[in-house]
Parts: sequence; C-alpha cells; structure tokens
Amino acid sequence: MKRTSVLIVLLMLSIAAVLIGPLIGREIIPLSAFLADGSIDQVILVNIRIPRVLLAFLAGSMLALSGMSFQALFRNPLATPFTLGVSSGAALGAAVFIRFGLAFSILGISSTSFAAFGGALLAVGLVYGLTRLKGGFSTATLLLAGIAISFFFSSVILFIQYVSGISHSFRIMRWLMGSLASADYTRLLNILPFFLAGSLIISFLKRELNLMMTGEDIALSRGVNVALVKKLIFLAASLMVGGVVAVCGPIGFVGMMSPHICRMLVGADHRFLAPATFLFGGLFLVVCDTLARTVIAPAEIPVGVITALLGGPFFIWLLLNRNANTEL
Amino acid sequence: MTKPVIQVENLSIRLSGKAILQDITLNVSAGEYVSIIGPNGAGKTTLIKCMGGIYRDCGGSIQIGGKAIKAYSSKELAQLLSYVPQAEGRTLPFSVEEFVMMGRYPHLSPFTPLKAEDREAVDRAIAQTGIEALRNQPMNTLSGGERQMAFIAGALAQGARIFLLDEPTTFLDYRHQAAVMRILKSICSDSGITIIAVHHDINIATENSDRMIALKDGRIAFDGISAEITDSATLEEIFDTPFHCIADNQRPLPLVIPGGAE
Repeated sequence: MKRTSVLIVLLMLSIAAVLIGPLIGREIIPLSAFLADGSIDQVILVNIRIPRVLLAFLAGSMLALSGMSFQALFRNPLATPFTLGVSSGAALGAAVFIRFGLAFSILGISSTSFAAFGGALLAVGLVYGLTRLKGGFSTATLLLAGIAISFFFSSVILFIQYVSGISHSFRIMRWLMGSLASADYTRLLNILPFFLAGSLIISFLKRELNLMMTGEDIALSRGVNVALVKKLIFLAASLMVGGVVAVCGPIGFVGMMSPHICRMLVGADHRFLAPATFLFGGLFLVVCDTLARTVIAPAEIPVGVITALLGGPFFIWLLLNRNANTEL
Repeated sequence: MTKPVIQVENLSIRLSGKAILQDITLNVSAGEYVSIIGPNGAGKTTLIKCMGGIYRDCGGSIQIGGKAIKAYSSKELAQLLSYVPQAEGRTLPFSVEEFVMMGRYPHLSPFTPLKAEDREAVDRAIAQTGIEALRNQPMNTLSGGERQMAFIAGALAQGARIFLLDEPTTFLDYRHQAAVMRILKSICSDSGITIIAVHHDINIATENSDRMIALKDGRIAFDGISAEITDSATLEEIFDTPFHCIADNQRPLPLVIPGGAE
C-alpha cells in the first residue's frame, strides 16, 4: 500500500520536526536542557520554543485542512482561504478588535478569536451570497467574488491602520505579516477548540468531499445533501481560518500548497488526503517557522514572509502548469 | 399496464428568470426504456434533472414510486434513482474503482467501513459494464466511451431501479456508441431497470426504445411509440427542419436523416 506508507513517512517526519524543532533557534539547545531544572535553557525550551513549535504545527494543519476543503468544494486548486477572501475577513475581524482593544474572553477563548471567526464567516457568507445573487454557483464567479471581497476587506484594514496611532498601526502591520512569535500556552489553548471543532467536522465529511469533487450533480444523485455539506464545510473552514488568524495573523499559501502537494503524493481520495494534508500542513509550517527563527538570527523574519516567498512561485507554477490545473 | 414509477404532472421550472419547462405531464412505467429527443435548448436535460431531484424548485408535482419527490431524503431518493450526466468535460482525480465505489454512498453511514455487500455490488457493476481491465486506471486517462461505462457502473453500484441518462452516446465513436447502447438495453430488459435517456441521435433512440418523448420550447411535442415518430412531417414539426425517412430492410423502422429530398 503506497498511500499508507506515505502517511507513515509523513507521520514520522512530523514527530521528528516537533521533537527537533524546539532545539533549533538562535542557539542550539541540547535535549538535556529539558531536564536541567532552573536553567535559562530549560525556560527557553519549555516556555517559548515548545509552545511555538506546537502552535506552528496546529496552525499549519488548520490552514492546510481548510484549503483542502475549499479546493474540493470548488473543484479548483486556486480556491484557498486567501483567494476566497476568508483570510481577509478573519483579519478584518481581528484588526477591529486590536484597534479598539475590546479584549475579553469567553471560556478561555479570547474575543479576538471570535471576531476573526466572525469575520471569516462574514466573508464566506458574502462570497456565497454574491454568487447566489448572480444566479449560479460557478467557480469563476466564486473566485472573482472572493478576490473582490478580499480587496475590500484589505482596504478597510488599511483604513483602520491609517486612522490608528503609530503604536496600534505598527502592531496591526506586524500582525498582518503573519508570525508565530507571540506563541505561549495561553495562545495554544486559544486555538485548540477551533482546531478540534473544525477538524472533527471535516473528518466526518470525507466521503462527501470526494463526491463533491466529481461535481455537484453527481454528488446530489448519489444522495449527498449538498446544501448541508456546503454549509458545514464553510463553518469548519471559517472556524479553522478564524482561529489561526486571530493568534498568528494571516499566514498565506500554506492552505494552497499543502493540499496540492499531498494530492500528488496520495491522490485525491479524502480518506488519505485529509490525514496527509493535516500532517503536511503542520510539518510545513514548523519547518518554515524554524527557518524564520534562524536565517537572520538573532533577528527573525515573520513566518508569513517565508511562506509567501515560497508560495508566490508555487502559485505561478500552478497557473502555468495546465496539467496541475485540470487534474485536481 | 403496470403502475407508473414516475408520474410528472404540470411540471414547470424557470432558471435565471427564463421559463425552461412548461406544463409537462407524463408517466413512465417500471421497466420502460423512454428516449427524450428535441432540438437544443428544448429543456431535455432540465427535464431529467427535475425527475432526478437535481433541480428541486420545480412547479407542479413529480412522484417517484407513488410518493412526492420532495418527501424523500437525499439518500432515500438515491437508492431509487440515479442521474448519469454527460461524462465529458469534468476532471475526476479518482481511479475507476474508487469512482464506482462512491456509488455506494446512499447505503453507507458515516464512519462505517465498506461491507462485503458493498464490494460485491461494485464488482458486479464493473463486470456488467465490462470494464474489469480499467479497474485501477485513473478516470482522467479514460476515453469518452470508457468514462461513460464507468459512469453507468457507478449508477449500477448505487443500486437504483431508475436510470436518468443525459446523452450517453454523444461524443462517442461508433464502437463505443454500440457498446453503451448494448449495456443500457441489457440493463433494461434483463434487470428490469427503468431507463429514461436523452438522445441526440434519433436513429439510436428509435432503434433502442419503444417509446419516444419529444420536447420543443419547453413543452411536450410528441409522446408515443417510436414507429409513429419516424415520419418526416412529425419530425419537421419538432425540429423545424425537413427530414428524410429511408426504409431499411435490416431494421423494423425507417432510418431518419435530416435534409429534404433533392
């Protein structure tokens, strides 16, 4: 079974990345520091690096899974949290909360996360409504609507930044670049419910995602409740994108690249694709974040810059490679 | 006369504000092979999509097995009928077996693995359509005819007793046209499955089905036995172009070709 062995390899690489990642940074910390009670190295390892690597893994997995769901739903490899405006929606929701400092928490989840989830849902709702209004649910109108909404929300964020004081403005800008630098256990707990809810919904829908890829008419004919499945996918993806964006800012391209590469590795059957995408997305962001922390140490690059630097060329390759486009 | 499995009464539907079907009334009995013909834009595809539950906002009433189509859940309806769209023009990143296996969806509940009976249904469907050799091939590499076979296999695996097919032979070469028609006829006569198929080619339609329904401008222009439609005046009325009927001693019905006598 080729596909099973790919999954096992991805699992082992993920475990290795999560174990080794925390040791690498401005200085290499030996594994023994973990047990050296009271040492500075132990504090850095346990309080800073381990939560950061775990956060990177979860955030990467969530973005990748939401990208996978959108790509299946719209049967288009270019449908991602970014191109559909969902990331911008989430970012707007979070930016409003950062600007006005409306911080409170419900059951340990910060209000920013709810705002980002709300923004993501709003974006999805607008894209969906716009295409409905047009009478059809075609991929082309959907992507156009997504890009229009994405631009609109980005402009509103720019406006909020413009009218903000320098310190707010700087905070928003740094956060918009996408970074995992603020990772700690509180933020990890913040993101966890969004991860659990979103990935649980997706794991229930693997057969439906497969059928949606063959076309809505075939899915309907096989007995899929297409309207309900669409809503659940929108909900799950909004939860995951909102959860990530609130904590890490909009980190681009993970949601586009990971599912696409996994489709080349294990095929399009979501029973294999979903776990592979989950592992690959997490692994990918851990590696990118490790690079972000080390290449210009002691300074660090926002991880969003690294993923975008890798993702831009990948996006162009995807556009030029017609085969990749039609073989979703 | 057996009880009708599909009863359509005063069906009408508008899509994007345009009336596509108006006042369609028809009955189909179990085990019938009904061909639907008509000019482009007459509403043939829309009609079978309404009967297949793909379009749900239709006016009038559609009953499947004596029960309103809207009263069925998606999965219940899928166990009764299967809509087979045109196989061309879509990307299907699955193997033939994976695709046919998806036909079992209405019989599965989430998280239950496939049972032996599901695998048997898939094996039977693949054997019946003669595509054993293509089992592990990616759908995207198949020819149009092979793809159409896989689509029919998917519908067979679904276990439905009514098949609604949209132009199953269009774009196929002659050998595959013949192969697809042979399988559809055997499904109908041997397994007693009701078939309603949109056909582009009148001769394929008249040769394979006893009953013809012709649509024109969203209304029924003809509904009767095939022998009555192979008549140039009737066909000209439907298609707005002259036809030529040529008697052929190999076939019970004359061959129909468009174009008037020189």
